[in-house]
Amino acid sequence: MDSAIANPQAEHDAAEHEHVYLPQHRHHFETEEQQREAGSFGMWLFLLTEIMFFGGMFFAYLLYRNWYYDAFVAASNTLNIGMGAANTAILITSGFFMALAVWAAEVRKKNVLVWMLVLTTVFGAAFLGVKYFEYKEKFELHHIPGAGFDVSQFINPPMDAKTGKPVGNPLPPDVAQHTQIFFFLYFAMTGMHALHMIIGIGLLFWLIARSQKGDFSAGYVAPIENFGLYWHFVDIVWLFLFPLLYLINRHPLAH
Amino acid sequence: MTEHEQHFHDPTNVTNPEHAEHHIVSPLQYVFVYISLLIGTALTVVAANIDMGVLNPIVALGIASTKMVIVILFFMHVKYQSNLIKMTVGAGFFTFLVLITMTLSDYMSRAWGLW
Amino acid sequence: MSASSSTILNLPDQSTARVPKKNFITAEDGLLSWLLTGDHKRIAMLYLISITFFFFIGGAFAGLIRLELLTPQPDLVASDTYNKFFTMHGVIMVFLFLVPSVPATLGNFLIPIMLGARDLAFPKINLLSWYLYLIGGTLVLTTMALGGVDTGWTFTTPLSTHYLNTHVITTATAVFIAGFSSIFTGLNFIVTIHRMRCPGMTWFRMPLFVWSHYAASILMVLGTPVLAIAIVLVALERLFGIGVFDPTKGGDPLLFQHLFWFYSHPAVYIMILPGMGVISEVISTFSRKRVFGYTAVAFSSVAIALFGFFVWEHHMFIMGVSNYSALVFSLLTMLVAVPSAIKIFNWAFTLQKGSITFETPMLYAFGFMGLFTIGGLTGVFLGSLGMDIHLTETYFIVAHFHFVMVGGMLMAFLAGVHFWWPKMTGRMYPETLSKMAAVITFIGFNLTFLPQFILGYLGMPRRYHAYPPEFQILNVLSTAGATVLGIGYMLPILYLAWSLKYGAVAGDNPWQATGLEWQIQSPPLTENFTTIPIMDHEAYDYEWLEHKTKQEVTTVG
Repeated sequence: MDSAIANPQAEHDAAEHEHVYLPQHRHHFETEEQQREAGSFGMWLFLLTEIMFFGGMFFAYLLYRNWYYDAFVAASNTLNIGMGAANTAILITSGFFMALAVWAAEVRKKNVLVWMLVLTTVFGAAFLGVKYFEYKEKFELHHIPGAGFDVSQFINPPMDAKTGKPVGNPLPPDVAQHTQIFFFLYFAMTGMHALHMIIGIGLLFWLIARSQKGDFSAGYVAPIENFGLYWHFVDIVWLFLFPLLYLINRHPLAH
Repeated sequence: MTEHEQHFHDPTNVTNPEHAEHHIVSPLQYVFVYISLLIGTALTVVAANIDMGVLNPIVALGIASTKMVIVILFFMHVKYQSNLIKMTVGAGFFTFLVLITMTLSDYMSRAWGLW
Repeated sequence: MSASSSTILNLPDQSTARVPKKNFITAEDGLLSWLLTGDHKRIAMLYLISITFFFFIGGAFAGLIRLELLTPQPDLVASDTYNKFFTMHGVIMVFLFLVPSVPATLGNFLIPIMLGARDLAFPKINLLSWYLYLIGGTLVLTTMALGGVDTGWTFTTPLSTHYLNTHVITTATAVFIAGFSSIFTGLNFIVTIHRMRCPGMTWFRMPLFVWSHYAASILMVLGTPVLAIAIVLVALERLFGIGVFDPTKGGDPLLFQHLFWFYSHPAVYIMILPGMGVISEVISTFSRKRVFGYTAVAFSSVAIALFGFFVWEHHMFIMGVSNYSALVFSLLTMLVAVPSAIKIFNWAFTLQKGSITFETPMLYAFGFMGLFTIGGLTGVFLGSLGMDIHLTETYFIVAHFHFVMVGGMLMAFLAGVHFWWPKMTGRMYPETLSKMAAVITFIGFNLTFLPQFILGYLGMPRRYHAYPPEFQILNVLSTAGATVLGIGYMLPILYLAWSLKYGAVAGDNPWQATGLEWQIQSPPLTENFTTIPIMDHEAYDYEWLEHKTKQEVTTVG
């Protein structure tokens, strides 16, 4: 029994000392359990700050969607629902693999852990890839807020080839201006989300490298676990962004 | 494992929080969660294409909230964590709700007519 | 123990006493051992130096403001420059001094020791916190060097987003980064307090200093991110013209203020709660009596934190918010005053029938009680809608917040520094000089800020560098007071620095105080305790202390 405890402790030491240049990083924790719980608690507190950070933007969205509903509907309907839904599925899959990675670390299966982390990364990168194409399309349509913003599509909506009807209600010019607020929120919220994903993917590379060395398959699970919390949080943010941004009202002509 | 480490008196129980026996969630449970999330996403898209009037955003947010809860409980293990972690999650949402509702109280009661 | 003298100061025999050779300061040598440390005590000292540095820069701006206001004409500097003075003064004092002062110096140093732990939960994050503070501070200095920013520390839109060409984004970035410093400190404290208490240290045996920091840390973690998003949006608005706060594009400038004050009101509680924690410790020690109503004080700290989230709109009463929400927030503001008042009552009852002595920390604590009460009461005036319409954006507000922040918080900080100086350095400062400094500070403070209440009530607006000539006499009094105040703040720097080399050796427990920090050597060992203590008595247990010291032979060196 002793060796089972001592070994992860030694592994933990070894893992810590690899990048420890702080002479003071001692065992100020009494037990491994205390350290794990403290680490997990700390990560959750950090996620609380993220909730409040995104919260400010969610409020801005709530406000302006209510003030400028028609403009938001028209703007939202220019987003590609297929890409948005696909991205949601991709990110959920990435989260699924991350959860499996935590399991693999807990049952100490090194190769499974590495593969799960790799799959998490691949799907995360795929998400960003789709986002790139979406942003590119927005750029081409002059829907990026700022000096180059173009509202002509909202004042004179183009015809839908299939139905022969306009894709949306034509908006008066002053109302059409408010679509810029939608797009600012779209870019700010998905952009901030994408930034968090990029940081996450960077961290994943580091985790994969260390997992390959066996750092996390000998009982020291905390970094994988805590990163998993971060990754799932980023996933949850997207789970709300998708319906709020893409699915405001897909029947604008009905009412 | 935990008894072995408890070699001193710890009445406040901070070193071994609630003697948390580390519960490992099985991959099968994860698969169920994963499939539920995908079904939820599909439902959201289908519901968006059905015209339900004012119910549309409610249904969409309701499904999103349900997905969030199962991610938190299972992918993030909160179901098996200490009460401290559960309270922490609750505190986060409480503060978020305070921000939203109390700021709304200003906007919704303005006489500008925009709301 | 001398029970009959007028001081409880109990220094060891100076002819034989020595500062312990092995302590956290001597443990390792070299600049890198300090710059890369994980030791919470070293980080606390690093913070103390940096915070003092920024305090004096902020103070210099205050001096410049008061200099301009000596005369009614705008004759010292141009109006833009004056705006920069009060903006830099506010930004530096709020974000680089008041928010981190007690938590990052005293909190960092003491909380692990008070809990019987060897360090905070995350030592590396603690160090990161300090570096983020430095980066934020450097960016503020950069802003100064580049020409300053003149939005006011409140960055009110649309002025900050559309009508100014000064270095708003640089300052916003500085504040953003400094905010993360604050978040990480709070996060560290919360985890430490929940998970690293020594055996026997239940929640209700912790010193009230820890309770105050716990409450403040909750505010830091939950409130600061909203400030972060608010200033990110300001930066985006300036950079890209997105329209979020721009009425011409459909945005609402008031949205910024909601997000900004959602943090900035809890921020004032972040600033004051740790100070209140200090006062609890000081008043108890210098009345030789346990704090009256421990549970009430503990719960009122948490109540202040909780209610503090519900009142932010009282900073926006005249900005165009709806009357109905203003009514609600006004009522809530009245409620938030109650827990603060509870604390003042409890401290007063602690003093009652105590054996009171008037060492320097106690002088500052008395100053705190009086000045904070005045500042707090004037806050209640401002919370009432009718009064606020008359008094807001005048010098009444300026006086109000300086009373609570300078008369309250800064006095508490000085009380704490003087109280725990012997513990942190092993040295005692010269008592007469320190008492003199405390009295000078008190006199200077009142002379500076009492006239400002009158000025505000008579209608002198804030943030103006010119005023009607009939206000001059009060302004001159205020500036004279500021000079005295400046002297009062310079003196501690001088004698505290002096004491490092020439001060009397303090010993473990010069104040004969309770608390785990006073049971270990001064300065403490790096690991704080040779063996983790087991807490078997209540907080502020002076009978336990008497019993203990009777059996002990105090050895030093």
